[in-house]
Amino acid sequence: MEDLYREYILDHYKSPRFRGHLEKYTFAYEDDNPTCGDHVHMEILVDENGKVVDARFDGVGCALSQASADILLEHIVGKPLEEVKQFSKDDLLNLLGITLGPVRLKCALLPLKVLKGALYGLAPGAADEDEEATWP
Amino acid sequence: MRPEAFSSSLDVPRLRQDFPVLQRETRPGVPLIYLDSTATSQKPRQVVDAIADFYLHHNANIHRGIHTLAEEATAAYEEARAKVAKFIHAASPREIVFVRNATEAINLVAYTWGRANLKPGDVVLLTEMEHHANLVPWQMLAAEREIKLAFIPVQPDGTLAMEALPRLLAQEPKLVAVSGMSNVTGFQPDVAEIARQAHAAGALVLVDGAQLVPHAPVDVQALGADFLAFSSHKMLGPTGVGVLYARRALLEQMPPFLGGGDMIKRVTLEGFATNVVPHKFEAGTPAIAEVVGLGAAVDYLAAIGMEAIHAYEQALVTYVLPRLQAVPGLHLLGTTTENRGAVFSFWMDDIHAHDIAQILDHYGVAVRAGHHCAQPLHIKFGVPATARASFYLYNTPEEADRLIDALYKAKEVFA
Repeated sequence: MEDLYREYILDHYKSPRFRGHLEKYTFAYEDDNPTCGDHVHMEILVDENGKVVDARFDGVGCALSQASADILLEHIVGKPLEEVKQFSKDDLLNLLGITLGPVRLKCALLPLKVLKGALYGLAPGAADEDEEATWP
Repeated sequence: MRPEAFSSSLDVPRLRQDFPVLQRETRPGVPLIYLDSTATSQKPRQVVDAIADFYLHHNANIHRGIHTLAEEATAAYEEARAKVAKFIHAASPREIVFVRNATEAINLVAYTWGRANLKPGDVVLLTEMEHHANLVPWQMLAAEREIKLAFIPVQPDGTLAMEALPRLLAQEPKLVAVSGMSNVTGFQPDVAEIARQAHAAGALVLVDGAQLVPHAPVDVQALGADFLAFSSHKMLGPTGVGVLYARRALLEQMPPFLGGGDMIKRVTLEGFATNVVPHKFEAGTPAIAEVVGLGAAVDYLAAIGMEAIHAYEQALVTYVLPRLQAVPGLHLLGTTTENRGAVFSFWMDDIHAHDIAQILDHYGVAVRAGHHCAQPLHIKFGVPATARASFYLYNTPEEADRLIDALYKAKEVFA
């Protein structure tokens, strides 16, 4: 448990840097984990050079889902859109620095699902088709 | 009330010996404290032994064989049916249909009785606290048949608004379907009174007994239930088998559910004649060994006595409820202190239910987090998710103490 609730994750949960809303944004998307009630909404602003210049998330849910959103946005702001689009599940899990079972994996990866939904301009709910089964 | 003074007619330390899993550690040095019996109950050795014994010494298919093993298997299966009938005071074993679980039992009623008897505009009366198993089948039927669904409201303390019943019954529902005990709040409505009023208004009554039957004495005659659904796995029995109780006259009128072997009397290429009840509703080879296991579970519960089990759980309610309410920032979904079982769903300020469950697991305490297949109830209370601790006959007040300790630990993490 010390692992999951280590300072890093708790810090991003209790004092998020990227929670809120953007006045102007290029992409927005939201999704949730129906099994446990995690919800994440994201707004991403991309400039004319294809760089992610700002991002915000909002939502309700477990520490892991909300912290993961904050950590993810902290990582992508300032990076080129094309690089951000390549950001994978493994990349996010490396950022979080913890190993997770299949149930908590869904919580941690929800923000990535929302990000992908935003960047690929998906219709609401379409991100589910992208999900692989997380069972080994 | 301190644990030493916790009086009980149950010899809980002794009966815990029948459940080897309760001796487990979840990780080295951390004993399991299983508080998730509302999701599924643990099984005593006696139930597992009965299933193993059947497979090892008496296994054969039932109802059609003449040979010795077939006779033994049939006798074991039908004996379990008789035990279940007696357990709920059914008028006859013919009123017990073995299905897969309570969910399938309710679906059976919707598919057969529902389709044969409900016309567009007919009303089915439910409550706002139903488990999805007693909501979704009716929603599916509503979409298909244009029937209307109405709901007895839940009050802020988790009880049902009984004074709304006459007004709702004035809509002349054909069926009133209600939970005998909420799997979220633990609240036990006065089903007998609901049934009395429902029958007076011309409605049939279906009781979702998935939580009620394992935790309280049930007499379908006294309750006035026309249909009762319950699951083996929540009452010390194996998964894979559940029960639909229905009055014989109803079963005889209802069209069959699944078609195939055993539910027929006669088949030609042109058609078939159905078998007598309850066999009409048991198509194909059933979960024979599991039914035998359920029979052993009924024996186990009956030997202790459901009154004794219910009384013990009431003592646990009296012990646990105030201790939970004393945790700062903890809010119970369902604050009623009367007419409730030992099921406690709650949320905490600043700690999401999922995190509560995760931290409790670190201390060996197994609870559930989410909406517990009762999303409408959570929506009504404006809560995205709750953590739920549920107790059964093998839990102790000391385990409740560990739960409370772990909740305070969770508060420390998120302080």
